[in-house]
Amino acid sequence: MRTVIFKTIAPALTAIMVVFSVFVLLRGHNEPGGGFIGGLIAASAVAIYGIAVGVEEVRRAMRVDPISVAGFGVFIAAFAGLLSLGQSVPYLTGLWAYFEIGGSKITVSTPLVFDVGVYLAVVGTISAIALALEEDEEGK
Amino acid sequence: METSHNLSDSPGELPAAMLETATAAGDWILILPVIIALMAGALLLVLRHSRGYQSGFAILAVLAIIIVEIDLFWRVLETGPLAMTMGNWLPPFGITFVADLMGAGFALAASVVTLVVLVFFQAEIVPREQRHGFYPLVLLLLAGVTGAFLTGDLFNLYVWFEVMLISSFGLMIIGGRKIQLDGAVKYGFLNFLATTFFLVGLGYIYGLTGTLNMADISLVVPAADAGAMTAIAALFLLAFGMKAAAFPVNAWLPASYHTPDAAVSALFAGLLTKVGVYALLRIMIALLPASRDILDPVLTAIAVSTLLIAPLGALAQTNLRRALGFLVIGGIGAVFAGMALPTIVGVAGAIFYAFHSILTMSALYLVAGLIERVTQATDTRHMGGVYAASSPISIMFLILIFGAAGLPPFLGFWPKLLLAQGAIENSDWLILFAVLANSILTSIAGTRLWAHIFWRPGREGKFSEQKNDQLRRLSPLEKWAAQGSAIALVGIIVLVGLFPNLVFTSAGISAQDLLSTQRYIDAVGIEVTP
Repeated sequence: MRTVIFKTIAPALTAIMVVFSVFVLLRGHNEPGGGFIGGLIAASAVAIYGIAVGVEEVRRAMRVDPISVAGFGVFIAAFAGLLSLGQSVPYLTGLWAYFEIGGSKITVSTPLVFDVGVYLAVVGTISAIALALEEDEEGK
Repeated sequence: METSHNLSDSPGELPAAMLETATAAGDWILILPVIIALMAGALLLVLRHSRGYQSGFAILAVLAIIIVEIDLFWRVLETGPLAMTMGNWLPPFGITFVADLMGAGFALAASVVTLVVLVFFQAEIVPREQRHGFYPLVLLLLAGVTGAFLTGDLFNLYVWFEVMLISSFGLMIIGGRKIQLDGAVKYGFLNFLATTFFLVGLGYIYGLTGTLNMADISLVVPAADAGAMTAIAALFLLAFGMKAAAFPVNAWLPASYHTPDAAVSALFAGLLTKVGVYALLRIMIALLPASRDILDPVLTAIAVSTLLIAPLGALAQTNLRRALGFLVIGGIGAVFAGMALPTIVGVAGAIFYAFHSILTMSALYLVAGLIERVTQATDTRHMGGVYAASSPISIMFLILIFGAAGLPPFLGFWPKLLLAQGAIENSDWLILFAVLANSILTSIAGTRLWAHIFWRPGREGKFSEQKNDQLRRLSPLEKWAAQGSAIALVGIIVLVGLFPNLVFTSAGISAQDLLSTQRYIDAVGIEVTP
């Protein structure tokens, strides 16, 4: 798999996919997209990079163990539900805040925090699995 | 900056989708046990390389869960079932959590067992690098079990089953010995199969009734096609029967429970099968009672065969923990017997038995772990002379065996009494015979183990009259952590057995709530549409 073409293209492809995955995550609440699908895109980016440059290199580039990323994602998602404590509403109720910055309306909400958690959980889990499988292949 | 709730200010063209009533902050105790377990588990997963803190943090988290659950239990006992629908959506659409007395009581018992197991694990000999995976997995397992006990939504129940299944996989292979992988494959394959049946049943029930909310289902089902509902009930019976390890789909349990560390198998014996039993009680008695009546002969057949065959299996085993696995299965038969006797006394007997089984079976596996340490063997043929070596272990084992067999005054006697009374009320002599025969057979199987492990001076064969030279003393850590935690759990069991009034009352109320779901439905707040 490690042809010159693929090795040259892979880093650029990975960068574009990761940026795109963040875009998909952010547009997610009312339009197609969201944390799960965004996380899948980012995890495929990690997998492609792993095929191109080797698992060792990817682990170094990620700095954090994918499993820890996944755990942190679950933590954030559960924490997002706790934000509605003290508002006389049940767990996981969406709270919304609107800001006006330079004439455009910015929306911040707890579902977004939840979605970020889902994104991290999916990225972490799927990359951990992908990297483990690629490692197996390299070992042979 | 303005804050408003999603959709609550939308124009009135659509019917209301959100709850209008305020939720008291105190109602959050319903969700907190699951949240604490989930968040603590996730946090420990992130920090799993920082050793040292892991065990203390996990124990603190479980302590917090126990405190919240005691609070929840008292509240449900005093004011009836408590419900909360996530995200402020109206009940049939939002995912509802409901604590009735049965769910809250089981959840409490489960977290007490988890705490004891966490302390016991401090003395386990597990390689350091695999040890730290244990704590996050235990907390996630507890999150799954608690979620399953407290959810009021069938699909959500499936999700918690998956959480439980995945973490139990991880726990089963910690240590990575060959026998563990062997056990995990059998356990994993059959449980995945059961989960698939569960999912298929969910698809059918959603297609036929249009709802997955338990309270809503119990309102809609009387109008649905009885034949189709019975088919779904049969599918659920197969799925949860496999999860609960009822005869004839029990093979995975004795094949896998003896493979991991004693602490892990104690956790499994206490929690996993009981969640299957809980789901069956909920679905058969509360959600699909008409289908239960049609399936009554099947339930009776399962109950009787499980009650009779399980202790015979225990009699035939020489491996200690495999034999105990069959005693766990025998207890499942007792719960099925209660399901086949749909009166308050019978169902209360089933609920009480499941509660007793959570505590007693975990304790039995913990004591088995201690015996294995003292004798350095897993097979009863190579054991012997433990009576002289350790009196605490022999006393605990005898108490637990009597409890499992249902001899007074131990905890296991009271649910068997209720079951027998229920069988007499229903004139169901077959079940009465099976319940009583199970007690006798279980005592025979248990005392056989007792005779081999404790009474016989040495190992089987030509050494049997000589002193067992393989015995070793427990290290101080094992004495304090492992034996101490086992003594604490057995102490709880003995105390509850001597003063069973609270459990009697709770089991009675739980059974009442299962047989007539009105309080449950009112708590969820679903309005009956004409």
